[in-house]
Amino acid sequence: MERTTIDLWFGAFVLAGFAALLVLALKVGNLGADHANSVYRVEARFDNIGGLKVRAPVRSSGVLVGRVADIRFDNDRFQASVTLALDARYGFPKDTSASILTSGLLGEQYVGLDAGGDEKKLKDGDRITITQSAVVLERLIGQFLFSKAQEDGAKK
Amino acid sequence: MISALRGTLVRIGHNFIENVWRVGAMARFFAMVLLASGTSFRRFRLVMREVYFTGVLSLIIIMVSGLFVGMVLGLQGFETLQKYGAQESIGVLVSLSLVRELGPVVSALLFASRAGSAITAEIGLMKATEQLTAMDMMAVSPTARVIAPRFWAGVISMPMLAALFSAMGVFGGYLVGVVLVGVDNGAFWSQMQAAVDFRYDVMSGVVKSLVFGVAVTVIATFEGFDAPPTAEGVSGATTRTVVSSALTILALDLVLTAFMLRGDH
Repeated sequence: MERTTIDLWFGAFVLAGFAALLVLALKVGNLGADHANSVYRVEARFDNIGGLKVRAPVRSSGVLVGRVADIRFDNDRFQASVTLALDARYGFPKDTSASILTSGLLGEQYVGLDAGGDEKKLKDGDRITITQSAVVLERLIGQFLFSKAQEDGAKK
Repeated sequence: MISALRGTLVRIGHNFIENVWRVGAMARFFAMVLLASGTSFRRFRLVMREVYFTGVLSLIIIMVSGLFVGMVLGLQGFETLQKYGAQESIGVLVSLSLVRELGPVVSALLFASRAGSAITAEIGLMKATEQLTAMDMMAVSPTARVIAPRFWAGVISMPMLAALFSAMGVFGGYLVGVVLVGVDNGAFWSQMQAAVDFRYDVMSGVVKSLVFGVAVTVIATFEGFDAPPTAEGVSGATTRTVVSSALTILALDLVLTAFMLRGDH
């Protein structure tokens, strides 16, 4: 088959396009960063998850150890059931506690893990039993006003 | 008074019906091109030649504009984010706006004015000089030989150009953010990687650019094919290509964005 310069240009163009896509996927996006390591899934139930979203980070001591894989509403217990996909490199004791925290005052919400002291480790499909719900600002203000009113009432 | 009013109404109605007619004719034309696409893949060199003219020759304008758009986004973003002490988020701002919106939209607008107008003028002139009729006489289908390869070349080129535009834009943002104003290199990339999702952000941009590629090339080839065979007709068709491509791209962008943006991630 005869070759022309058009073939060369076409090849170079397509290669450049795919290279740009690859840069967008690997350097700009998170492909590779998340999917490279195998994960194990654990479940945690919360009374209130606030504004937690799927793919929100899971951190322990501030280090990213996984992501929120799924959020569902458990209609039997009337609680939110959150599935966490944790990096297989990190193992946590069975009595690890999970709490929903906020990065900064108004930042995004994430799940914080505090390791316990159990000898056994969490396995795929396990459930984290000790959980702490998200702080809802309106409730906090409500509680503050209520206790303030009580104080004032006691003084009189 | 009455007759002037009547004249205006007649003109509006005529234009409206004319445009409805054109939309219908364009849909029929699109189906005709798709049906005649077999030749483009059997003789792929025809498509490659058109990719060279529409895609490769648009590289310079696309990459340079991408670089400048990214740099401007970086400067403007830094100016505003600095007030909130969040200048590290400059990478997130530049990359998300480029990958989701500006990459596909601006490169499609540039593609329409750089390559779309050339396609219309070329096909319009081929029609005016009766080359298309001559092909028909030789039992060569002009749709299969001239129009379908240009259509597929546009569909192939557009996602490549949009990806290159976005990549160059992110590089421009990096130049301004990290090299010029001194945002931390690690924070720039890591915040960007935490915020940009491959499937929802990068792929939605690719889907958008594919749709824009189809829209621009269908409009450009149709306007050329439909142009009155005069100098004035070809010039009018070229103008219409650029105007209606731009409007179609922006309207389609609204529809696609509404489909793609969902609140839950």
